[in-house]
Amino acid sequence: MRLETRFKWLPAPILSILLFFVWLLLNNSVSAGHIVLAVILAIVIPLATSPFRTKQPLIIKPGLAIRHLFLVLYDIITANVQVAILILGPTKKLTPGFIKVPLDLTHSMPITILASTVSLTPGTVSAEVLPWSESFIEGEGSEQRFLLIHVLDLKDEQALIDTIKQRYEAPLKEIFQC
Amino acid sequence: MTEWIISILLLIGGSFVLVGSIGLVKMPDFFMRLHGPTKATTLGMAALLTAAMIFFSTTQSGFSVKEILISLFLLLTAPISAYMMIKSAIHHKLDSIDRTQGKDNIEDEL
Amino acid sequence: MLETVILIVFAMIGLSLLLNIWRLLVGPSVPDRILALDTMYINSIALIILYGMSMGTALYYEAALLIAMLGFVSTVAVCKYLLRGDIIE
Repeated sequence: MRLETRFKWLPAPILSILLFFVWLLLNNSVSAGHIVLAVILAIVIPLATSPFRTKQPLIIKPGLAIRHLFLVLYDIITANVQVAILILGPTKKLTPGFIKVPLDLTHSMPITILASTVSLTPGTVSAEVLPWSESFIEGEGSEQRFLLIHVLDLKDEQALIDTIKQRYEAPLKEIFQC
Repeated sequence: MTEWIISILLLIGGSFVLVGSIGLVKMPDFFMRLHGPTKATTLGMAALLTAAMIFFSTTQSGFSVKEILISLFLLLTAPISAYMMIKSAIHHKLDSIDRTQGKDNIEDEL
Repeated sequence: MLETVILIVFAMIGLSLLLNIWRLLVGPSVPDRILALDTMYINSIALIILYGMSMGTALYYEAALLIAMLGFVSTVAVCKYLLRGDIIE
């Protein structure tokens, strides 16, 4: 896990890329003037706001991050079709349940991304991270944490935990190297 | 041709939004109701906005991609609002239906 | 053909708004009503985008973006109020 960037003038590369594209999308143009303005905004805003933001871990393997993004997008589409079938089918057959997934990640930023992907993919909504403590925000504290998940149709608990850990958590661990 | 693509995307989007609302009405307890709006409605909106993007790109002069911004925003915020709602539901100790498994996993420490 | 399809989708989204209103009125708990309101703002974005398409103008895009942002912030604020009894501690 690395918190500091290589260049001092670029404290948050992902935020800069996001600001650049959001400015171009909001103006709906790629003219030279707007590109210059977007580059200026993308450099100045992270610099000006970095003193009061907590340091977040950087993406160390960008290629893997992009591949993981497309995997998650594909999963969102298939998962939505599954959930639509479950909703339209008979309600009495559904077996909902709460399960706890043990987490290997320690920092709050990767855990947030994991919780969001779990919320958007097959029949699961993440509810809480247990146990909660203040040291969690800095990524300190050594006790084992759990992600509490509500499942719409729980068939095989262990298989679901294994899927979440292998498909979504392992790539995140590699991307952030933590 | 583009008219067909726009129509199919619009119908897919509309039916996903409708399925999300049906789930909201049909399911027996709050935790199960949450699944419809967070997933089905978000994907339905993404399909609708893609249709709008293609529509405005073909009918009006110039390319239009700014509709992506709304679907990106909805995709980012849907899990967060779902998380806030399920947290407040757990805090208020809402009843889940009897056949829910693993109820003892809930620990409310607030 | 597109006009007919847009009318059909208008009807679908109107129907889902009615279902949401039913959940908003019936309840039974406060988080249920918040969930209904949250779904309603997303559906109204869809309605506004569709209206823009049927009128053939992209003017309503900014309104849709504003509704998306305000709706998210208000959902989080109401949930925070339910959790803590206060929005900013």
